[in-house]
Amino acid sequence: MDNKLINEYDLVVLGGGPAGLAAAVAAKENGARVMLIEREENLGGILKQCIHDGFGLVLFKERLTGTQYAERFLKKFYDLGIEHMTNAFLNSVQRLPEGGFEFVIQSAKGMVGLKSKTLVLACGCRERSARQVFIHGERPAGVFTAGTAQYLVNIMGQMPTKKCVILGSGDIGLIMARRLSLEGAQVEGVYEIQKSPAGLARNVSQCLDDFDIPLHLNSTVSKVFGQKRLEGVEVCKVDENYKPIKGSERFIECDALIVSVGLLPENEVAQSLGVEIDPATKGPYVDQELMTDIPGVFACGNALHVNDLVDYVSQSGHLAGQAAARYASGDENRIKVEYNSEDFLYVVPQYFDKNKEGEITLYWRSKADHRGKKVAIEVDGRAEKSKKYMRLLPSEMQSLTCTVKADVGQISLKMLDG
Amino acid sequence: MEMVCIVCPNGCLLDIEGSGDDIKVKGALCPKGIEFAKTELQDPRRALTTTVATVFGDMPRLPVRTADEIPKADLLDAMKKIKTLTVKERLHEGDSVCEDFFGTRLIATADMTRQNINL
Ligand SMILES: Cc1cc2nc3c(=O)[nH]c(=O)nc-3n(C[C@H](O)[C@H](O)[C@H](O)COP(=O)(O)OP(=O)(O)OC[C@H]3O[C@@H](n4cnc5c(N)ncnc54)[C@H](O)[C@@H]3O)c2cc1C
Ligand code: SF4
Repeated sequence: MDNKLINEYDLVVLGGGPAGLAAAVAAKENGARVMLIEREENLGGILKQCIHDGFGLVLFKERLTGTQYAERFLKKFYDLGIEHMTNAFLNSVQRLPEGGFEFVIQSAKGMVGLKSKTLVLACGCRERSARQVFIHGERPAGVFTAGTAQYLVNIMGQMPTKKCVILGSGDIGLIMARRLSLEGAQVEGVYEIQKSPAGLARNVSQCLDDFDIPLHLNSTVSKVFGQKRLEGVEVCKVDENYKPIKGSERFIECDALIVSVGLLPENEVAQSLGVEIDPATKGPYVDQELMTDIPGVFACGNALHVNDLVDYVSQSGHLAGQAAARYASGDENRIKVEYNSEDFLYVVPQYFDKNKEGEITLYWRSKADHRGKKVAIEVDGRAEKSKKYMRLLPSEMQSLTCTVKADVGQISLKMLDG
Repeated sequence: MEMVCIVCPNGCLLDIEGSGDDIKVKGALCPKGIEFAKTELQDPRRALTTTVATVFGDMPRLPVRTADEIPKADLLDAMKKIKTLTVKERLHEGDSVCEDFFGTRLIATADMTRQNINL
């Protein structure tokens, strides 16, 4: 029983953004064996492309850029020597009947198998795309989500547009309006269907007002033009039911439409495991320690619900990591009560928690009618308690009690000839 | 006049009366808002965050920021200067990319030295 596989962990953390990093650090600091899996080349999650500042005011009382904020957690993560894989894709994950999870990971060097006692989902969120918004017309090149535009400009150093229109006034869209303006593109305007902006007031001020970019409320993009590449869009005003107002249409020539219409938790893996999803948050249902309805599966960060501030994302990762480490160590201290199923129908409880040494009472039923049998609780091979029974019947529950110490290796219920 | 304090995500809407050093500010949840209003009226400043080209294929752009805020009016000139810079060595977060940049330093906001383990 002791030949532990080297690839067996207390936690597998899925996702290396701020939530996953905080979870991994917290679990490691609690003595857990942690493996973090990230599908991208580098750790840091969405923060890698968040070069703007405004992060960390809650946790650090400082205005950091997203990359600086990530750096604080990355330092801890690397200092603790936490095992991780990048460029690693989760091929499959399965719940094991005895508890825990088995993973198949596709990495640069082929398939890797892993086992863990717990799984922390820290997969972040995805952007709602233009497809999820109703716009007439083809889907020519030049329609991006704001996050994609941010990736192209900030990570790749590529300019996706010379003149663009932004649909939606979420923070990412506002941040990109400023970013593209600084890089020399013309941002014709931001069009928001609601009557007030979706993003923070400070971002309307420092990203739009500073660069004289107009914000059009109660407005939307109604058509896109162009076959291969976007050539322009039609914008219009909407009424209180979000219906286009006839006669308010306006054509704008542009080579890109940047869409910033919200984020949704990424929960493909949660769903493949059968974790129940709350239709209100679009993330899993969890308890106060962020455990989902599947024992041993935890969720944190934007995979749980979309957070405005990364500080809260890190806090939730910390909580989930701590709880998962505790859960895993509890599990490790649980030993199964063994019995021969030829002799007994069942034995309850099925597990002994070594953290709670002391008395254990086993309730059991014999499998068949017996006369003159002895039944014993053996602890590490020694009969701690035994009793002779004149008659045993499956319909009659019996019980035996004995004291067990924390250093126990094996508990079993035995039926012997009296 | 009204302005939004951009110091923190609260984004307080400030109501300002008077001019110069002699102003009355309403709506600020903390003293930083009053200070912001004063400098915003006399000498508006912004932190610049952007990226600088590098010679490294695995990291073509290095995220950078000005160590302190620079005059708002200098932002576009600062971007022109950025385009003339290239990072030729692997820097750590906090290292200087340019020592003399519109009255402050331009510093790296990410680490370029980490190697990941790709099992
Ligand atoms: C453009 C933008 C601007 C923002 N601006 C601010 C701001 O100014 N201030 C602020 O406080 N917050 C801001 N935020 C919010 C903050 O960045 C996020 O809340 C935070 O990054 C979420 O962290 P996370 O770890 O949950 O997810 P992410 O950072 O998205 O990380 C998730 C990671 O999981 C990986 N992953 C996903 N699925 C799998 C899988 N199946 N296998 C392996 N890996 C997987 C992804 O590759 C990614 O690296 C911004 C967010 C965005 C998108
Ligand atoms: S006044 Fe204070 S609380 Fe309000 S936005 Fe400015 S810094 Fe934040």
